[in-house]
Amino acid sequence: MTTHVISLVSIGAHPTSGRPRRAEQDARAVELGLQLAGDNLQVLHAGDIAEPTLRAYLGMGLAQLHVLEQPAGADALPVLGDYLQDAGAQVVLTGSQAETGEGSGMLPFLLAEHLGWPLIVGLAQVESIDSGVAHVLQALPRGQRRRLKVRLPFVATVDNAGPKPRQSAYGPAQRGVLQEHDVQVVDDELFTGAVLQPAKPRPKRLKVIKAKSGADRMKAATAKASGGGGQVLKGLGPEAGAEAILKLLIEEGVVR
Amino acid sequence: MLNTLLPILLFAALGLAVLGALRRVNMWRRGRAAKVDLLGGLLAMPKRYMVDLHHVVARDKYIANTHVATALGFVLSALLAILVHGFGLHNRILGYALLLASVLMFVGATFVYLRRRNPPARLSKGPWMRLPKSLMAFSVSFFLVTLPVAGILPADFGGWLLAALLGVGVLWGVSEMFFGMTWGGPMKHAFAGALHLAWHRRAERFGGGRSTGLKPLDLSDKSAPLGVEKPKDFTWNQLLGFDACVQCGKCEAACPAFAAGQPLNPKKLIQDMVVGLAGGTDAKFAGSPYPGKAIGEHSGNPHQPIVNGLVDAETLWSCTTCRACVEECPMMIEHVDAIVDMRRHLTLEKGATPNKGAEVLENLIATDNPGGFAPGGRMNWAADLNLPLLGDKKTTDVLFWVGDGAFDMRNQRTLRAFVKVLKAAKVDFAVLGLEERDSGDVARRLGDEATFQLLAARNIQTLAKYSFQRIVTCDPHSFHVLKNEYGAFDGHYRVQHHSTYMAELIDAGALNLGQHKGNSVTYHDPCYLGRYNGEYEAPRQVLRALGIEVKEMQRSGFRSRCCGGGGGAPITDIPGKQRIPDMRMEDIRETGAELVAVGCPQCTAMLEGVVEPRPLIKDIAELVADALLEEPAPAKTPNLREPAEVH
Ligand code: SF4
Ligand code: SF4
Repeated sequence: MTTHVISLVSIGAHPTSGRPRRAEQDARAVELGLQLAGDNLQVLHAGDIAEPTLRAYLGMGLAQLHVLEQPAGADALPVLGDYLQDAGAQVVLTGSQAETGEGSGMLPFLLAEHLGWPLIVGLAQVESIDSGVAHVLQALPRGQRRRLKVRLPFVATVDNAGPKPRQSAYGPAQRGVLQEHDVQVVDDELFTGAVLQPAKPRPKRLKVIKAKSGADRMKAATAKASGGGGQVLKGLGPEAGAEAILKLLIEEGVVR
Repeated sequence: MLNTLLPILLFAALGLAVLGALRRVNMWRRGRAAKVDLLGGLLAMPKRYMVDLHHVVARDKYIANTHVATALGFVLSALLAILVHGFGLHNRILGYALLLASVLMFVGATFVYLRRRNPPARLSKGPWMRLPKSLMAFSVSFFLVTLPVAGILPADFGGWLLAALLGVGVLWGVSEMFFGMTWGGPMKHAFAGALHLAWHRRAERFGGGRSTGLKPLDLSDKSAPLGVEKPKDFTWNQLLGFDACVQCGKCEAACPAFAAGQPLNPKKLIQDMVVGLAGGTDAKFAGSPYPGKAIGEHSGNPHQPIVNGLVDAETLWSCTTCRACVEECPMMIEHVDAIVDMRRHLTLEKGATPNKGAEVLENLIATDNPGGFAPGGRMNWAADLNLPLLGDKKTTDVLFWVGDGAFDMRNQRTLRAFVKVLKAAKVDFAVLGLEERDSGDVARRLGDEATFQLLAARNIQTLAKYSFQRIVTCDPHSFHVLKNEYGAFDGHYRVQHHSTYMAELIDAGALNLGQHKGNSVTYHDPCYLGRYNGEYEAPRQVLRALGIEVKEMQRSGFRSRCCGGGGGAPITDIPGKQRIPDMRMEDIRETGAELVAVGCPQCTAMLEGVVEPRPLIKDIAELVADALLEEPAPAKTPNLREPAEVH
């Protein structure tokens, strides 16, 4: 029996022009889904069915794309959750963070919580799925991979470590069908009630360069960040552990 | 005895030829419909053959004369032989005429034979090596059997043995010339070639015309295939055109991709299309293979996908669309149309544009430029130039089409130089500024007709808002697309390349020019200006006006070798043994010139990518701007100071 895989997609924005496009990470989620399930992959979007950019996903060779009709500003979480539960999904793939809208990156977490399923962050590759258990590789910083064993069903986010999405072609994009589903619209109060403002670039941590030679600089750029001053707490009770953490936070000035 | 044998042989061969012709016509008819003037084409065919085709063949005097003698000799001999020996009209005058015709044909055949003694690599061998002998067999046999008709020899001369020999000779001759003509022998080129000329897909090319713009796909017709997947997706007259190939290899000798060792040979490609339309394998192909690909491993038929059966995708993506093959082809076959048709299928249906292709196309859709730069930065290169915007002026004389070179730091120097020239000539000009988009050239050559049409429609919509006399651009690719390819979407403009426009300005005395100083100069003809649009003279005229005597390269003018930058080739980047720009730089070095004048941002980029030391590369606009003389400043009254007296 093939695994029932659903990839969630959103509308992206081109980084320089801001124009709508298929979202980079979501496209990777579709690519991973296609590699896993082939033609049985189901792709799901919650939003406006009239958005032409949705066809960019169909252009990857999908026969159809399911759209849970929602106006902008509606909460995608409950409708997606209900749909996935009813559809009997076993693997749900999604980009890590949307390129438009709130873009908080919280959706996969809330969705996993809502469904009560495990969540894998940064899924890079699915090695095997066997009798309800998947062996997967999770992407860690600097190209490292961690092998995980997860039971189905689960939710996984795909970031830039996922497979490069295939080209979207015009022919299939035009022929693919956008399948409409009527759902109850739930307002996202957190979003509609909020004011959007352009993000300020996050300040960079100052780097003191001590290197004297090129080789040193190379090492500093590639070496793992080493905390140095940390300490490993082992065999401690929860109380003692919490106390140690709190002490550190006060020292660092995070908690006052 | 010959008197009974000859009519049988002749009519049997003719009958089989008619059968073969019907079979061949049915093969062509598997293709899609095409709009062709059937009768008009047939009527125009003799003139197209004798004027237009001969014009191309005449570039090689040897083969032109050979072909005239052989073809004329053969056509006359064949007609007369049918009358004399087929219908038994044993008339002396006809006999003499036939003798003359066969002598003419024999002389031609001898020269074909001589050319074939040591054939250059571009010529196909195999059955083609047999052809001169067949021609001789035909002409000699008919000469001899006609001698009695002319009354030169008695009817029963030579006895049985000679009669038998002549019978064999005639059999050989008519098999090759009549039967072989329609059953796929080398003489097929005459039969298919004549009809190809009659029903050519670009009839505008005859009579000295030019037709180089790609033909649009009708995207609103949902039943039409998006490009060519299988041989039967070509139009029927394209299939017919492939069949006309004489395997002369002129295209192969001109192809920059073939010379660079990339897996493309235009001659083999056309022959593979013939295999595709008839069904079979390429094992019988007797010419040069695609570099790096063995012969005999590919096969196809009209109903089977071409790519990865008959032809590998890399072959199609190696082409720079330089049109050198089309320019050289004596049969006026359209290689580039076929290649782009097949690319269209790969891009529009398969999403299989190699290497950076997908990214470039996505950028074009999302940012209107292939590099994915923020569209708002399109005018940054001119931030300090105070250029008039057409959006403000609404009407202007010259619309300066900037092109995507606006995002490239090297090309910005060219653009700024051209602006300096425009200002010096006090031209009334304006730019579109942020309203300009990529012309769609690259998208179209990469096979993405949908994105091309999207960009074209938006540009045409923008241009329709304003009034201008002409568009002038420094980019031959934009020039070609605006001039020749927007017309199909109701965008008709007067478009000029900046070299043409500068030549006009110089003629009108609008520029105060000094002389070019220093180094010797050669000029590189861009494909999209030269072969695509026939502009060879204006750039040279501008250079002459600067006092430059161009040291011409061996391959210049219509024989110019591509820089390697067209057709999206740098994007699809198919590896070969060497790089095309390196080969072109060798051509440039051979002239001993220290500077090469160019007229295209792509050429500039490709040639500047060649490692130093190498000749300098300058756009014509830069050379003109450098030679501009400052107008004598309006004489100011010198502020004379009273000499102070010193004691
Ligand atoms: S257009 Fe140029 S590169 Fe393409 S096949 Fe013809 S000669 Fe070769
Ligand atoms: S395609 Fe044209 S140039 Fe090339 S071999 Fe055939 S006839 Fe000659």
